[in-house]
Amino acid sequence: MRGFVTLLARNRLALVGLIVIGCVALLALITPLLPLANPNVIDTPNRFQPPFSAGAVLGTDHLGRDLLSRLLWGTRLSLAMGLAAAMIAATIGSAIGIIAGYYGGRTDNVIMRGVDMLMGFPYILLALAIVAALGPGLMNALIAVAAVNVPFFARNIRGITVGIAHKEFVDAARLSGMRNREIILSEVLPNVLPVIVIAMSTTVGWMILETAGLSFLGLGSQPPQADLGSMLGEARSALITHPHTSIVPGAMILVIVMGINLLGDGVRDALDPRLKSGALSRPMPATTVDRHGPVPVAQTDSLLDIAGLRTEFRVRDRVYKAVGGVDLHVERGECLGIIGESGSGKSVTALSVMGLVASPPGVITGGAVHFDGTDLIGAPYEVLRALRGRRVAYIFQDPLATLHPLYRVGDQLIEAIQTHDPLSKEAARTRAIDLLKSVRIPNAESRIDSYPYEMSGGMRQRVGIAMALANDPDVIIADEPTTALDVTVQAQILSVLSDLRRARGLAIIFITHDFGVVGQLCDRVAVMYAGQIVEEGPTEAVLRNPHHPYTSRLIDCVPTLGGGQRKLAAIPGLPPVVDRLPVGCAFAERCDKAEPACRADAIALMPTGAGRKTRCLFPETKQERIV
Amino acid sequence: MTGYILKRLVSAIPVLLGISVIVFLIMAMIPGDPATAILGSYATPENVEKLNRDLGLDQGLVPRYFIWLGHMVQGDFGRSFALNRPVLDEVLDRFGATLILAGTSFVLCSLLGVAAGVVSAARQYGWADKAITFVVLLGISIPSFFLGMMMILIFAVQLRWFPVSGMWPIYGDRTVWVLLNHLFMPALALAVVATGVIARLARSAMLEVLRQDFIRTARAKGVRERRVIWRHALRAAMVSIIPVLGIQAGFVLSGAVYIEMVFQWPGVGRMLVDAILKRDILLVQGGVVFIAACYVMFNIMVDVAQAMLDPRIKT
Ligand code: SF4
Repeated sequence: MRGFVTLLARNRLALVGLIVIGCVALLALITPLLPLANPNVIDTPNRFQPPFSAGAVLGTDHLGRDLLSRLLWGTRLSLAMGLAAAMIAATIGSAIGIIAGYYGGRTDNVIMRGVDMLMGFPYILLALAIVAALGPGLMNALIAVAAVNVPFFARNIRGITVGIAHKEFVDAARLSGMRNREIILSEVLPNVLPVIVIAMSTTVGWMILETAGLSFLGLGSQPPQADLGSMLGEARSALITHPHTSIVPGAMILVIVMGINLLGDGVRDALDPRLKSGALSRPMPATTVDRHGPVPVAQTDSLLDIAGLRTEFRVRDRVYKAVGGVDLHVERGECLGIIGESGSGKSVTALSVMGLVASPPGVITGGAVHFDGTDLIGAPYEVLRALRGRRVAYIFQDPLATLHPLYRVGDQLIEAIQTHDPLSKEAARTRAIDLLKSVRIPNAESRIDSYPYEMSGGMRQRVGIAMALANDPDVIIADEPTTALDVTVQAQILSVLSDLRRARGLAIIFITHDFGVVGQLCDRVAVMYAGQIVEEGPTEAVLRNPHHPYTSRLIDCVPTLGGGQRKLAAIPGLPPVVDRLPVGCAFAERCDKAEPACRADAIALMPTGAGRKTRCLFPETKQERIV
Repeated sequence: MTGYILKRLVSAIPVLLGISVIVFLIMAMIPGDPATAILGSYATPENVEKLNRDLGLDQGLVPRYFIWLGHMVQGDFGRSFALNRPVLDEVLDRFGATLILAGTSFVLCSLLGVAAGVVSAARQYGWADKAITFVVLLGISIPSFFLGMMMILIFAVQLRWFPVSGMWPIYGDRTVWVLLNHLFMPALALAVVATGVIARLARSAMLEVLRQDFIRTARAKGVRERRVIWRHALRAAMVSIIPVLGIQAGFVLSGAVYIEMVFQWPGVGRMLVDAILKRDILLVQGGVVFIAACYVMFNIMVDVAQAMLDPRIKT
């Protein structure tokens, strides 16, 4: 609750709304005490006095009545009407909602049918019908506005009540022999009350507007009594000759409703937990780069050279260092595996290459990614875009989420082709079919017109691969492409990838948490832990003789055939949270061999044999393994 | 798709019946003797007796409802005693004007609202987003009837860009151009609130969609950002925007009442208000049922549009 208040107070607009509403409400309250002219005294000789004339600050209306006085009395009436309508609607609506939600079953069904029916009715029309039946008048307008808002409350409160009706304390009350009515009053009502109040605060603006609207039409308050709506309605005939008589009440309605809306928005934002964490922001076209210090030069003349890459996530006042200085390189036609648990930074490393890390909250804070000699970090968007999919393509994990659900796969393929190649639609389609064939999709000619949801997981991932191949890229970055698939399909996908690589001379960066997969496909492997590479070397050598204790644990996790999938959970403990990394070895907490020296200082990635590097003070040496 | 449309049409029948029950029950709340209320100043004893016989007003609620429903199904909505003509004729005469006004408004608020929401989301926290958010707040806070009056003052009286009111000039040709000239201000005034509501929703729907994986895929393909936003993201966001368009259509249709009053537009809304003030009950009843039924039909069109947009909906 305190958090809610601070959030509300932090929202400056909501505060403005609160102040505006407070002032108007105060004015309305003290109106009877103010030295105002009688709002209903007719003084025809002095009609249509302009504002600021003697004796009438806001002028007079068509009957010579003092506008200021009428405005304040009208505001008072309008506010009272809106509030009263909101109270009535909230009381009746909530009662209905609680009954429907609490009793459930048939009662719920019947009530909600009716509520849905009413909500499907354009509701100004409903209010008009009610006024038509009861006859024009202040009270009847009030009843009409309250009535048409009842379904809104009924529906919202029912939803909340359904959630509460099955909580333990309600069950406990029922078991203790309390009667339903007592339970509703003592257990349910206190819990839904805040929701009712909030729903009221967000609808009272509408109700003021609606009652004013009915009065404007002449169906609400009747002369001489006037609310803001009927003031406006009466002034309409003199709109052109004496606009001030219209502007005065109209502007007041605007001020009131705007104040309430500002406040209501503030309340809603303060309550929406997604806004609290700042999660509801959209990722930009390319990851933000905020690079300090010197830009590292390429360490190799490989096709792709990542040097000192640092990527972090800034969420509020916390910084998660997802990638903390990674060096990697891939040669033409080479397959590099990056392996690690989830959260190890392997995907973020891969996404950083083409600026695809969601930003906000992602920021690349250091390092360089040289592709074919040019640094991509901080490169202009247009440069990145021209390379994306053209020379560096991605395959993502879950193709059901990563393919557009509402476009046919063919159209998505054709788009991938046409983005970089101004082919005609027909030519692109022919190529798309060829691509589907190249990833061994049967009946490519008909499959091309399927939607992603119509395909199996394996087929969808083949489409994902075909799409990555669309422009004959130099590098494919595959981010756990087989994780969501079952074992046989996984094997098929791997064999497709491995054939394509041989046939086209593709370089592949293959990200996975499964050493078995790495063993089948990759020439070299890099093991990541807590945002850093802990071991790197030729796949076979690493598999046979892991140097880092973490690597050897990972290899132990490879499922044996028929033994089911053993997950990395087999390693006791959890990886460190990347916003609180330890000073020394990040694996120390889970390592059997940890010594005080391990925790003392940052550990460097040291060469440990032919083409191999390890980040460990006490590398494993003896074990020989057969995989 | 035809099957789906038929299915939706059939499912509209209970809704229409529900609407008729609601309207009937509301009208049954009329205090006093219904025949006298309906006839008003024409309530001679013979007239009262005839009406009681025709509408079964001396019977219980249930038979009365079915008599009324039976008449309506045959296209007989009763007779307006104030206008001395059949209700349906009057409603149909007026409905064209309302349809032109509300239809234009609906197109306006859909296009403007969605466009504003998309731009707002794509430029989140930028100046365009802030400007749009502010205008939207103003738009949903201003009563449409007040806005209409201010528009008349500024654009018709001061600047003389548009005629003050009405649908057609008293003298002169009835060309499309003349109609558009008369239509512009009322249609815009009517669209403003709905535009604001749609813009808000479109913004949050877009923000939601832009965070999804398939957007990253589109970007990874090298698709231009403009296309990512207006094709990939908007297409997916439309799935949650379209139902709201349907709801807003109801607001536009019924909100036309205010605008028709302000701009002297000869539509059903003004007819309803006049009828309420004259206590012409059968005319109100017929008009309300007719508009509500139109709205139900429109919602079916919305559902069909939704089904065409989203192949995952079983048709
Ligand atoms: S540095 Fe020490 S704690 Fe870290 S992995 Fe090596 S032996 Fe274990």
